[in-house]
Amino acid sequence: MRGVALLDKRRRGFLFNPPHASPLRHAQPTKDHPLQRRVTFDNRLLPYLLLAPQVAVTLVFFIWPAAQAIWQSVHLQDAFGIRSEFVWFENFTHVLSDPNYLDTLKVTIVFSVAVTVLAMGVALLLAVLADSKIKGARAYKTLLIWPYALAPAVAAVLWMFIFNPDIGSFGRALRALGYDWDYRLNGGQALVMVIMAASWKQVSYNFIFFLAGLQAIPRSVMEAASIDGAGPVRRFWTITFPLLSPTTFFLLVVDMVYAFFETFGTIHALTQGGPGKATETLIFRVYQDGVVNNDLGGSSAQSVILMVIVIALTAVQFRFVERKVHYA
Amino acid sequence: MLTRRKFALLTGAATTSALLLAALPGAALAQQKTVVEFWHGLPQPLGGQLEQIVKDFNDGQQAVQVNASYKGSYPETMQAAIAAFRAGNAPHIVQMFEVGTATMMAAGPAVKPVYQLMEETGASFDANAYIPAVKGYYSSKDGKMMALPFNSSTAIMFYNKDAFQKAGLDPAKPPATWPELVDAAKKLKASGSSCPFTTSWPTWVQLEQLGAIHNTPFASQANGYGGLNAELKIDAPLYVKHVQALIDMQKEGLFKYGGRDNKPDALFPSGECAMIQGSSSLRSRIIKEATFAWGAAPLPYWPEFANNDPKNGIIGGAAFWVMTSPKRTPAEYKAVSQFFTYLAKPEVDAKWHMDTGYVPVTLKGIEIAKAQGYYEKNPGADVPAAQLTRTPTTENSMGLRLGNLPEIRNIIQEELEKAFQGQQDAKQALDASIKRGNTVLRNFERANKG
Amino acid sequence: MKPTRFIDLVPHIVLIVGVLIFAYPIYVTLIGSTWDSGTIGRGGLPLWPGGQGAANYAQAWAGEAGDRAMYTPVRTMMLNSLVMALSIALGKIAISILSAYAVAFFRFPLRMAFFWLIFITLMLPVEVRIIPTYKVVADLGLINTYAGLAIPLIASATATLLFRQFFLTIPDELLEAAKIDGAGPVRFFVDVVLPLSRTNIAALFVILFIYGWNQYLWPLLVTSSGDMETIVTGITKMIGTGESANDWHIIMATTVLAMLPPVAVVVFMQRWFVKGLVDSEK
Repeated sequence: MRGVALLDKRRRGFLFNPPHASPLRHAQPTKDHPLQRRVTFDNRLLPYLLLAPQVAVTLVFFIWPAAQAIWQSVHLQDAFGIRSEFVWFENFTHVLSDPNYLDTLKVTIVFSVAVTVLAMGVALLLAVLADSKIKGARAYKTLLIWPYALAPAVAAVLWMFIFNPDIGSFGRALRALGYDWDYRLNGGQALVMVIMAASWKQVSYNFIFFLAGLQAIPRSVMEAASIDGAGPVRRFWTITFPLLSPTTFFLLVVDMVYAFFETFGTIHALTQGGPGKATETLIFRVYQDGVVNNDLGGSSAQSVILMVIVIALTAVQFRFVERKVHYA
Repeated sequence: MLTRRKFALLTGAATTSALLLAALPGAALAQQKTVVEFWHGLPQPLGGQLEQIVKDFNDGQQAVQVNASYKGSYPETMQAAIAAFRAGNAPHIVQMFEVGTATMMAAGPAVKPVYQLMEETGASFDANAYIPAVKGYYSSKDGKMMALPFNSSTAIMFYNKDAFQKAGLDPAKPPATWPELVDAAKKLKASGSSCPFTTSWPTWVQLEQLGAIHNTPFASQANGYGGLNAELKIDAPLYVKHVQALIDMQKEGLFKYGGRDNKPDALFPSGECAMIQGSSSLRSRIIKEATFAWGAAPLPYWPEFANNDPKNGIIGGAAFWVMTSPKRTPAEYKAVSQFFTYLAKPEVDAKWHMDTGYVPVTLKGIEIAKAQGYYEKNPGADVPAAQLTRTPTTENSMGLRLGNLPEIRNIIQEELEKAFQGQQDAKQALDASIKRGNTVLRNFERANKG
Repeated sequence: MKPTRFIDLVPHIVLIVGVLIFAYPIYVTLIGSTWDSGTIGRGGLPLWPGGQGAANYAQAWAGEAGDRAMYTPVRTMMLNSLVMALSIALGKIAISILSAYAVAFFRFPLRMAFFWLIFITLMLPVEVRIIPTYKVVADLGLINTYAGLAIPLIASATATLLFRQFFLTIPDELLEAAKIDGAGPVRFFVDVVLPLSRTNIAALFVILFIYGWNQYLWPLLVTSSGDMETIVTGITKMIGTGESANDWHIIMATTVLAMLPPVAVVVFMQRWFVKGLVDSEK
């Protein structure tokens, strides 16, 4: 019955000393391991056993295919893999010397930054409001999470019924208002549209996790601050936001990866990278070259380049941004 | 203790799902019959109609069971087949769109040519039963049939008769030439139409079909039939004149660019655009959605380039290819050949044509549809087949045999978009397309030689 | 008092605008499921419901035997989706929470190496992976099985990262107290970490369930039998790339049906979101 005793202790601990009670107390990372907590368990075998299932699946279904991608990136192959020629880094030089590639990189940066900022900002605003004590909070929450459940294939079609200048409701409304909306030939409008569509889904995603993060902040902390006379905005910036930072950091990483890697479906459905190459991102090109153009070598080379870029960005995030994150 | 129970629940659920995973294999396949895996890329309702044909075949005999399975869009179906082939697990039959023909022909040992399959299994198969434009597209250099043609379409024009009436045009007389089309578009615009004319599949309709109809090469080496070293020839005066005409029409509000591939399809049945050029298969959608009187017409031509003798158009759509695998047995090939013999029957072809709006692929199929009075009941439904068969095929109207044609199509669409945005003129757009397209062709040549 | 009242309204206004924007596509789907196919296809969908709803849903649920040979019934597809979505969600949560626990609460050689090994799986686009992954699954004989559907999608850097983020906020004092009580890592995990993670598990479950439910490319590739078809591939099959006239009314109605289980999960899981941590043990 030791478990019960421990539970009781923990419960008491919570009541009198909630985990988030003092936002100013930072984690105290050790010098050699910035991401390591101070107190740990000592066990030689257990951690490896705990890691084993995930590592096994990762090795078989991710690392092995990744190795294949690297192998392919230095080969020239026909679609069916019957003829294969080792070409050193030719696929890479081919990609990097393509003047269009730089434009695509620029579009990707604008697109990814916009999607990440938009999706996180809007979701945070909505989550904080829906989490406050207001009437109908439950209904708001359901209605804001629900969009995430829409099948992607259908969402893709709906965008056309919404944005198309001739048969879409929103597109027609814009034109009726006298705005010359035609993303088929206006690159700027096309980019704005794919950013909005790509952010749309991720807002629901972020909303759920912000909500979960906010729920973990004990009411007592907020109430204490409230008694201190801090206004809602000040309360948010001095207490809520720092306490939410582990969630925010998680979403920052995930959203950026989403914007870089998982948005080709949206772009494919809406603009197919056009007009011209105005909405062509790196991942859309990987998809296009790999699936449609059967250029496995070139597509793999681009994937490798993309992986390097995103791993570098993520490392930067962990190295510099995470320092600002308040853990326990 | 609640926590414990919840943990037990969580682990329990995980175990259950693991057990479920292990214990539930797919449906057991019929043991005694020879099973043929058939992957296709036709969505509903067409996919269902195709599967109905498969079911009819399965029900009609005891020896063979064909399993039809949808694998996504054509490019996705192709990727699925490639993945499966590389895993030694290729389906017996895969449906491949017409622009993938060169890729399949270059696939060598991955594909078993249909003529060879039929010969080896002793099945009777007459390539000349097919419409020449269809046969030509899927034949090797020496005229041997590599794939079984099935669902073919071609590009035609649909026009809104109500809009024609309103503009003072004769609804029974659609424009036959491009100058006539431009005049009609001007009158339509004057009568208040915001979109007199648009086109689906810009590359396929406005360049590939254009070349065939005007007997002008799209690429060297007989449009690629002569070898992998073909180069694009779309800077010929015909193409420059035509693309410039489209750009000028767009500036005057006579032509609306509606997007890539079949995106513009929706603009016609909705009543936005008075004329559209697109796939003949658009017909079924128009029947379903349009609330106005409409008609179908052949693609217009340029009198000065066609000598008033426009040739046949080329096809779109897809064909069935037989794939190899290390595990294949002669009995399986025999089963495939049995299935193909069934599909090649003119009655099956005619039924498919009348049910779906695809063009008949066999000459007898057209006859059957005629005999059943299909074209009298459905005015304009004979336009696609008539356009495909109106002349004997020439070197330039047989089809295109270019590697990575989907990529070339996209390149051309991109350059056209830049031209419609006013960034370049027709000549510049076509020159840029040639430069980039030829790079694609050289890469394909290199990856597939030897 | 009046200005205060207006201020009180602001959150509602913002939320309502948010709902209008984010639920609009859902609304279009709901409305679309009550009209005929032609109206939707023309882009002439009004903002109010039509009169075809009952007929559309009946047709979507039953499927028309006439024009759909080898058609998989909606309930079979729903069941397949359910098995796949549950396997993926539960499997992912189980293996991620364990690995995150190892990374966050233990100190051992190669700890960061393992973390990054798991983490870089985020960086590999599905399209690049799909051909080699298919080969692995085929070699393991898992084509056309639930295992083949679910296991390759189970590894998740996202979930591991989320749990790690959360575990790092669990105060050291709690761990010290547990150690003093003589609790080992397993007991600490079961009695402390798991209950504390509940909100995050609930959030992840919602996300992962829907993620699994909405999978499309992979199920299409690894299954070729109608018995294994999932609801989302079923819908995709109806839409295709538009070489034909789509049955929009059926598509919309099926989409709404397909949304019901995920929405049920959202509504059910919300109970876990609204309760604070403190009073959750009652």
